[in-house]
Amino acid sequence: MKQFLSFVKKEFHHIARDRRTLFILLGMPIMQIIIFGFALTNEVKNSKIGLLDNAHDVASAAIRTQLDASRYFDVVRDLHSYKEIEAAFKKGDIKLAVVIPQQFNTDLQHFNTAQIQLIADASDPNVATTLTNYATAVIMDYQDRVTHGRKLPYTIKTELQMLYNPQLKGAYSYVPGVMAMVLMLVCTMMTAITIVKEKETGTMEIMLVSPIRPMKIVTAKAVPYLLLSMINIASILLLSVFVLDVPINGSLLLLIGESILFIITSLTLGLLISSSTASQQTAMFISMVGLFLPTVMLSGFMFPIENMPLPLRVIAHAVPSKWYYDIVRSVMIKGLGFSAIWKETLVLTGMTLFLLTLAIKKFKIRLA
Amino acid sequence: MSQNIAIQAEGLTKRFGDFTAVDGISFEVQKGEIFGFLGANGAGKTTAMRMLCGLSIPTGGKATVAGFDVYRQTEQIKRNIGYMSQKFSLYEDLTVKENIRFYAGIYGKSDAFIKEKTAFLLKELHMESEGSKLVKSLPLGWKQKLAFSVAIFHEPGIVFLDEPTGGVDPVTRREFWNMIYQAAANGITVFVTTHYMDEAEYCNRVSIMVDGRIDALDTPRELKRSLQAASMDEVFLKLARKATRNAD
Repeated sequence: MKQFLSFVKKEFHHIARDRRTLFILLGMPIMQIIIFGFALTNEVKNSKIGLLDNAHDVASAAIRTQLDASRYFDVVRDLHSYKEIEAAFKKGDIKLAVVIPQQFNTDLQHFNTAQIQLIADASDPNVATTLTNYATAVIMDYQDRVTHGRKLPYTIKTELQMLYNPQLKGAYSYVPGVMAMVLMLVCTMMTAITIVKEKETGTMEIMLVSPIRPMKIVTAKAVPYLLLSMINIASILLLSVFVLDVPINGSLLLLIGESILFIITSLTLGLLISSSTASQQTAMFISMVGLFLPTVMLSGFMFPIENMPLPLRVIAHAVPSKWYYDIVRSVMIKGLGFSAIWKETLVLTGMTLFLLTLAIKKFKIRLA
Repeated sequence: MSQNIAIQAEGLTKRFGDFTAVDGISFEVQKGEIFGFLGANGAGKTTAMRMLCGLSIPTGGKATVAGFDVYRQTEQIKRNIGYMSQKFSLYEDLTVKENIRFYAGIYGKSDAFIKEKTAFLLKELHMESEGSKLVKSLPLGWKQKLAFSVAIFHEPGIVFLDEPTGGVDPVTRREFWNMIYQAAANGITVFVTTHYMDEAEYCNRVSIMVDGRIDALDTPRELKRSLQAASMDEVFLKLARKATRNAD
C-alpha cells in the first residue's frame, strides 16, 4: 500500500508540474461543451430567403407576410426572374428561394390546387433540408387558414411529437458525445502516453527491477486519470444542466456508474496501446487515429449509424464509445433505467474484460 | 554455498527460439567485490544481467543472487538488489527529494528512514541546497551521482550498473568510481558493465563475454599477463575479435 501511495503521489506530481497539459485536460471539456452547445447548432433562425412573386395577388401577399413573420425566415430579397435567383444564391445573399407562379390565387380558388416552388442551396444539405421543411410547414399553415371551415376531401394530417427533445436542441446529442470523446481522450491517450514515456526514459526498467508489481504500476498510473475524468464528467454535467438546459432525466448514480465503466474501458485501451508501442508519438498517433476519430465518426453522435454502409456499421459496433454514447443518451436524455441499458452495459463490460485480459497478457510477455 | 558469495551462476542459459543469447555461463561473485561484466554489443551481457535481476526467466542452468533462486525467488531478488541503467533514470520533472522519496517508497521504506537518510545523502553529495530543485536543472554529472545514490538508497546487498557512465566526462567518471569504491567498502557487491576499458582496470575481477559465453574471467592484472597484453583495451580486442556474432 505504501508502495502504491508513493507511486500515485508521484503521478500527481507529474500532472501538477505539467501545467499546460493539466489546463488542456480540464479546460477541453468545457471548451467543447461551449463550442458544441452554442456554435454548432442545427437550429435555424432568421434565415435569409428570396421571393419570386409572379402572381402579385392576395394569396401570394399573404404567404409572403406569413413567411416574413415566422422567426425562421427573413424575406430579404424580392426577385424578379430565375436569373436573379441564381445570382442571389451565388452571392450568398439567400439560403432559400420561394417561387410563386402566375395566377396563384386564381388557380387556388378555381382548381383547388396550386403550386409553390422551393429552391434551396443544397451545398449544405442539412440546412437545406431543414429550411425546406420549415418553409413547407409555414405554407401548410397558411393553407389551413384558407381552408378553415371548409372540408377538403381526403386529407391526412400528421401530428408530430418530438419525444425527449421537443425543441430539437443539438445539445441533447452533443453532450453525450462530448462525454464519450473527452473520456476517451483523457483516459486512453494520457495513460498510453505516460506509460510509454516511462519506457522511453528508462524509468520503467528501474521499476521492473524493483519489488513493485507490474499490476500495481499500471493501476497507480490509472488512478490520477480516473480522478481527472471524474472532474471532467462533473464539469460537463454541470455545464449541460445549468448552461445548456439539458436535463439529467435518469438516475445520476446510474450515469456515473456507467461512466466509470467506460473510463475503465478507456484506461484499459490506453494500457493496451502502451504495451504495443515504444514511443510517445506512436502512442499519441494510435490513440488519435485508432480511437478518437472512430469515437467522433462512428459512435453515432455526428453521423447516424443506421445510414452507414454495412462494413462501417460493423466497425461502429466494435467501437466502445458507441455503446457508451447509447447508454448516456438513454439514461440522461430519455431518463431510462438500468433495465433499458443492461444489454449495452453487458457489451461494454465484455469489451473491457476482453481488452484487460489482452493488455495483461501483453504486459507479461514483455516481461518474460 | 558459501556465505561470502553474492552471485553464483552455473551453466546459465537463455535461448530465444533458435538463437542462444547466453550460452551456459558459470561464474561466482564474492560479497563486496566489484565485478566487471564486459563484452561487445550483442555478446549477451544485457540478457545475462536481466536474468540475474529477475526480469527474465532462464531457459537452462542454475543461478542464485543474494542467495535467492532466479527461477522461483525473483521477488526476493528484486527486494535485495539495486539497479541503474545506461539511460538516465530519474524523473526530470520531479525535485531531488521527490525522486528519492518515490524510489525509496516503491521499496517500501518508512517515512522516518527516508527523511533521515535523504538529509544524510544530500549532505554527502554536497547538494543540501538542491533538495527542492527539479532534477532537470542539475548538471549531468550530479544527476549521474544522484542516480547511483538512489539505486543504493534502500541499502541492497548487490547493485547492478548497466553502463552507468555513458556520456559523462572523465572527471565525473572518476568521481563516480570513487562512489562505487565507497559502496563496495560498505559491503555492497557491485556488478558493472562498461565499454570503457580504463574502468575495467578499476574492477576487482573482470569477465569478458564473447558470443554468449564467458571467454575469460580473472583479475585485470592476470588477464593482461596471460594474454600478454599491455592494457585491458588490448585484452578486450584480442578476445572480442574472435566473435562470429554480429552486434545488433
